Amino acid sequence: MQDEHEHPDVLSVSRRGFLKGFGAGTAATSLLSPLSVREAEAAERGFVGPGAVPVVLTVNGRKQTIQAEPCVTLLDALRNRLDITGPKKVCDRGTCGACTVLVDDKPVYACSMLAIEAEGKHITTVEGLGTPEKLNSVQKAFVEHDAQQCGFCTSGFVTAATAFVRKHPNATIEQIRSGLGGNLCRCGTYAGMLLAVADAASGKGGRA
Amino acid sequence: MAKVDWPEASKRTLIGKRISRTDGPLKVTGAAKYSYDISRPGLLYVKLVTSPHPKAEISGIDGTAAAAVPGVKAVWKDEELQEVQYVGQIVAAVAAETEEIATDAAHQVKVEYRVREHQVRDNDPALSKDKPSNLTVGNLDEGFAKADVTMNGNYGCPVITHCCLEPHGQVTEYRDGELYIWPSTQNVSRYSDGLRNDVDLPQNKIHVDCQHMGGGFGSKFDTDKWGKIGVTLAKMTGRPVKIMLDRDTELMIAGNRPSAYAKIKVGAKRDGTITAVDAEVWGTGGGGGYSAPPIPYVFGKIPNRRLVGKGIRTNRGGQRAWRAPNHPQGCFLTMSAFADTAALLKMDELEFFQRNIQFTDRPTVYTEELNKAAELIGYKRRAHLRGDASPGPIKRGLGVSIHTWGGQGHPSECDVTIHPDGSVEAACGTQDLGVGTRTCIAMVVAETLGIPLQAVKVKIGRNEYPQSGASGGSTTIGGISVSSRQGATAALNALLEVAAKRLGIQPDLLEARDGQIREVDNGSKRISWKDACALLGPSPITKRGVNVPGESAKANLASQGVGGAQIADVSVDIETGIVTMNELVAVQDCGLIINLKLAESQVYGALIMGITSALYEEAVYDTRTGKMLNADMEFYRLAGIKDVGKLTVHMMTGKGYDDRGVIGLGEPPVISPAAAIANAVANAVGVRVPQLPLTPERVLAALAQRGGSAA
Amino acid sequence: MKPFEYSAPKTLKEACGLLGDTWGKTEILAGGTDLVTSLKQRITQPSRVLSLKHLKELHGIRNSRGSLVIGAMTTLGELAAHSDVRRHFPALVTAATGVGSPQLLSVGTVGGDLCQRPRCWYFRNGYGLLAQKDGVSLAREGENRYHAIFAADGPALFVSASSLGPGLIALGAEMVAAGPGGATRSIPATEFFRAPQSENEREIALKPNEILTEINVPLKGLKNGIYEIRHRHGLDWPYVTAAVAFGGKEGSGGARVVLGHVAPMPWSVPAAAKLLNTARPDEATAARCGQVAVEGARPLSQNAYKIQMARTAVKRAVLAAV
Ligand SMILES: Cc1cc2nc3c(=O)[nH]c(=O)nc-3n(C[C@H](O)[C@H](O)[C@H](O)COP(=O)(O)OP(=O)(O)OC[C@H]3O[C@@H](n4cnc5c(N)ncnc54)[C@H](O)[C@@H]3O)c2cc1C
Ligand code: FES
Ligand code: FES
Repeated sequence: MQDEHEHPDVLSVSRRGFLKGFGAGTAATSLLSPLSVREAEAAERGFVGPGAVPVVLTVNGRKQTIQAEPCVTLLDALRNRLDITGPKKVCDRGTCGACTVLVDDKPVYACSMLAIEAEGKHITTVEGLGTPEKLNSVQKAFVEHDAQQCGFCTSGFVTAATAFVRKHPNATIEQIRSGLGGNLCRCGTYAGMLLAVADAASGKGGRA
Repeated sequence: MAKVDWPEASKRTLIGKRISRTDGPLKVTGAAKYSYDISRPGLLYVKLVTSPHPKAEISGIDGTAAAAVPGVKAVWKDEELQEVQYVGQIVAAVAAETEEIATDAAHQVKVEYRVREHQVRDNDPALSKDKPSNLTVGNLDEGFAKADVTMNGNYGCPVITHCCLEPHGQVTEYRDGELYIWPSTQNVSRYSDGLRNDVDLPQNKIHVDCQHMGGGFGSKFDTDKWGKIGVTLAKMTGRPVKIMLDRDTELMIAGNRPSAYAKIKVGAKRDGTITAVDAEVWGTGGGGGYSAPPIPYVFGKIPNRRLVGKGIRTNRGGQRAWRAPNHPQGCFLTMSAFADTAALLKMDELEFFQRNIQFTDRPTVYTEELNKAAELIGYKRRAHLRGDASPGPIKRGLGVSIHTWGGQGHPSECDVTIHPDGSVEAACGTQDLGVGTRTCIAMVVAETLGIPLQAVKVKIGRNEYPQSGASGGSTTIGGISVSSRQGATAALNALLEVAAKRLGIQPDLLEARDGQIREVDNGSKRISWKDACALLGPSPITKRGVNVPGESAKANLASQGVGGAQIADVSVDIETGIVTMNELVAVQDCGLIINLKLAESQVYGALIMGITSALYEEAVYDTRTGKMLNADMEFYRLAGIKDVGKLTVHMMTGKGYDDRGVIGLGEPPVISPAAAIANAVANAVGVRVPQLPLTPERVLAALAQRGGSAA
Repeated sequence: MKPFEYSAPKTLKEACGLLGDTWGKTEILAGGTDLVTSLKQRITQPSRVLSLKHLKELHGIRNSRGSLVIGAMTTLGELAAHSDVRRHFPALVTAATGVGSPQLLSVGTVGGDLCQRPRCWYFRNGYGLLAQKDGVSLAREGENRYHAIFAADGPALFVSASSLGPGLIALGAEMVAAGPGGATRSIPATEFFRAPQSENEREIALKPNEILTEINVPLKGLKNGIYEIRHRHGLDWPYVTAAVAFGGKEGSGGARVVLGHVAPMPWSVPAAAKLLNTARPDEATAARCGQVAVEGARPLSQNAYKIQMARTAVKRAVLAAV
């Protein structure tokens, strides 16, 4: 590894953290395991991993650094490394929406995004939308209309619904159905959800 | 003294009302911790190694490479397993520092298989090797001889899965010589039974904790192989371990609903009266036995009937109880055959069902419920005989079905404690599957003690609490409402004794109401709840309430046996085969309702689950590879919010219903939807689509067969 | 997932330099909604993943010399919301929103949609693009309800998954790819998708060392529309889609009819398109067009129903476009 100025564009991914993760400079290479040598070489050509690297995530307003392999998904980073377990793992294939989080205010399947890709973005999970003592308007309406049974899909729905309501303050029922089209519930809570999101969208109960 | 009987309608403060679930705020904020969310210091992640073959002998498992992966802490191999019987069967497991390492290492476990011939097909009765079951009542020949018409039909529904959103699994930890388990279970009190032969610990040293669980639907009663592997790996590593099934494994091995294909013959008189039903059913529930779903369903008193059942053993994951086991299949097969018989007679479907209502156990209830459902959907105005004759590609139709279920409360115990500071606790070893058990216990106790809902702290989900039954078969609400009522009443009576002394009157002249202990119907002598509790001195009152099913039935606290009628309204695009739900009306009785909002939620949920099975669900197995090709949530489809149409729920309450006591509700409303929807599709397009799910390809095939495809 | 190395270069040239010339060693990452799933399914096990997230030049939609130029990293949501796209290409709006999930629309990219791997369940279960086991095609005799009804005589029986593909072909688009050193070449949309003949080929015309950079859609004032048939009304894969474009300058012959999800590539039907080159199509012409469109179909054992669907989709797409 050379001075970071030599490859200003290459190591665009948390270069600083990366350097920290590796210790300093080429001199150290000989002390590293074969895998690390490979990694160090790869890094010179702009690659990090496959082992763990520091990844800086800003979640619910807090900037945190974790050690994660580039193959770690945002969902697994949140759940297993930051103990933020509101987003759930259900299909793990971008189909059910249980893992929904907001990335720069847009709903995203956290199971289908690499954690390292989320660096530099603002991640909001259901925990960042409200607390049991201070629910946002969508959460309040979900409770009021019993838009949950087992609740395993609920954090994903609440997150998707919050993003939707913020963007469509006066949505029609049809729009609401589309807005929640990326999530699935097995217990069958859609009836309550429609009412809940309609309430929240009409501005009842305060800001989402 | 307070009586244990349910209060009359005019006196109820909470029971029967629409009340939001108490743990709602935890669920909508992500604060509720499910088994999948449990994290313990030093937690290891486990990934399972499963068989890619539907049938194979195992000649060796080599975990060396996996064990050598940095971060791997243990590799467990099933040394006793000689032959795998289905794809997904667990062969080995790897525990590692991270989920990613465990996943990668699991791929490096080498299993040597000698592949054997397999069999996964389930739709041909000739594949059955078991002795058929046969249930014959009356005389078939005589029955059919009396008939003016005979309808012959073939119908079927495939294997479907539970697809709980939280998969099966648990976190397991040994700490100070005791075992701590956080399983996703429907059976907290007796979960550890399954570990009896695996753990050398008295049962009171096995601590089971399940505060929130993400759905079970009948598939989460047992400890399961992964429960045992968890214990083994926790012991091997000395660290807490988490095993949660991956989605594909979940769908393949953690339970399914058996398929049911049938050939049915129905004899009926010109006025619609059924004279005989002859049914042959076959299907599979995996490698084990098969029990034929009931046909004729609900109309069990039809005098001449025969039911032959043929099980087909397949190399697929095994069946488990799936919400109202065998009822939805029996219902779909029966109601389809009956609607086709009505069509043959050119008779209105609803009228046909009503004509035969005397063959059910509850003619009056069903009549009332069918009439109500018909009124809600505007049946009279909109019904037409089979085949919507209006122009254009969109055809609309209505379909009818009725169902039945037991729903008697299970044995349950509940400790209710009144503390000297006025706080109240109810402890019960039950679990909340999302039906609102926690909330219902709080309501019953608060109602009984005349205090606000928030004043009751409910402790459930641990096996150290008084034992309560597994949540299956709609037995929980009956069980826990009676045990908590009993416990609360006993505790209150103890408090009334103390208060009576202070007030200088007989305890049986006292009641608990509005946060006070007061003279019945008078109130001139009274003491606040807080002050009354303060009279207890330092020690609280704890009383255990018990539900003994037979006794609570006699006392009309809880009973069993419900009906239920549903009518579906669908549109079918005959140029694409797409079925669209317009409306599904459910009229349901369940005795005394504890919480109307939660009860309605149950029915809404059941309708949606029923719609899903009617239109979308099917485990697709590939004959050649023996794999379930859609063990994902993309092609194993669940209905989304756009697919369910309008849902209308009407609960039968009041006289004749409330006075029966509490009856379970989880199963009954899930039974009819597929039958009603299938009948509605037939009514719309004029031809029976005989197999579930009612996919566009099946609708188009049925239309093409009739030669009636539009374009 | 098999662990891999990761890089997110800042320039296209650099990115191109990091790709090799065999498939599967390095995979390109756009929104990740398909790639991350493929990695988990171990359909591909690259040792490197190359993220395009910093390549600003691949992002956005602009007007240039009679074309709308859509950057490959433009999200499906941005595409569907763009005012020029909405004005000129309703077909693309329908296709993008048809994906049906706000979560996919907010990260899934146009490039990713075009380059995504097939959804064939044999492929996704590890039997390869050609869905073979012991040299036998599993799809041909097996569960082929969602498979091809056109071009099904070759070894590939999957259907092309992209919803945008048929629309872009109908509109006469060109794809631009950047290769070694950043040199670009353009590929007509009609040639972008292909049926692989062996397992080491892919289903698109890019080379392993090329990156799709942008898509040029000519602004010819064509009427255009898409009709999609899905099982679920929400998030689901189409059974069949039909994209049509017609009504350019008199005699320009620019009409196109392209079916989706019926073949390993979007399936153009010139014979059907011809009917649209004449006059303003009416209901009867639309129906006739649908009829002609399915004439060459050769269904497999379970998917003859798709013929009826394709016929309907074409008819309705024409009527939607008029
Ligand atoms: C449940 C579900 C339903 C869906 N339904 C539909 C549908 O109906 N219609 C539809 O069209 N799609 C559908 N999709 C797919 C979705 O649209 C795609 O996943 C998405 O468009 C892919 O975009 P991405 O940016 O996330 O691609 P990625 O996942 O990042 O990449 C996908 C593939 O394209 C390659 N790639 C990406 N960008 C480039 C580039 N610029 N140059 C070269 N190669 C590149 C990648 O290497 C990878 O192989 C569905 C997906 C799911 C999960
Ligand atoms: S877990 Fe991410 S979409 Fe299902
Ligand atoms: S509430 Fe159980 S899955 Fe939605």
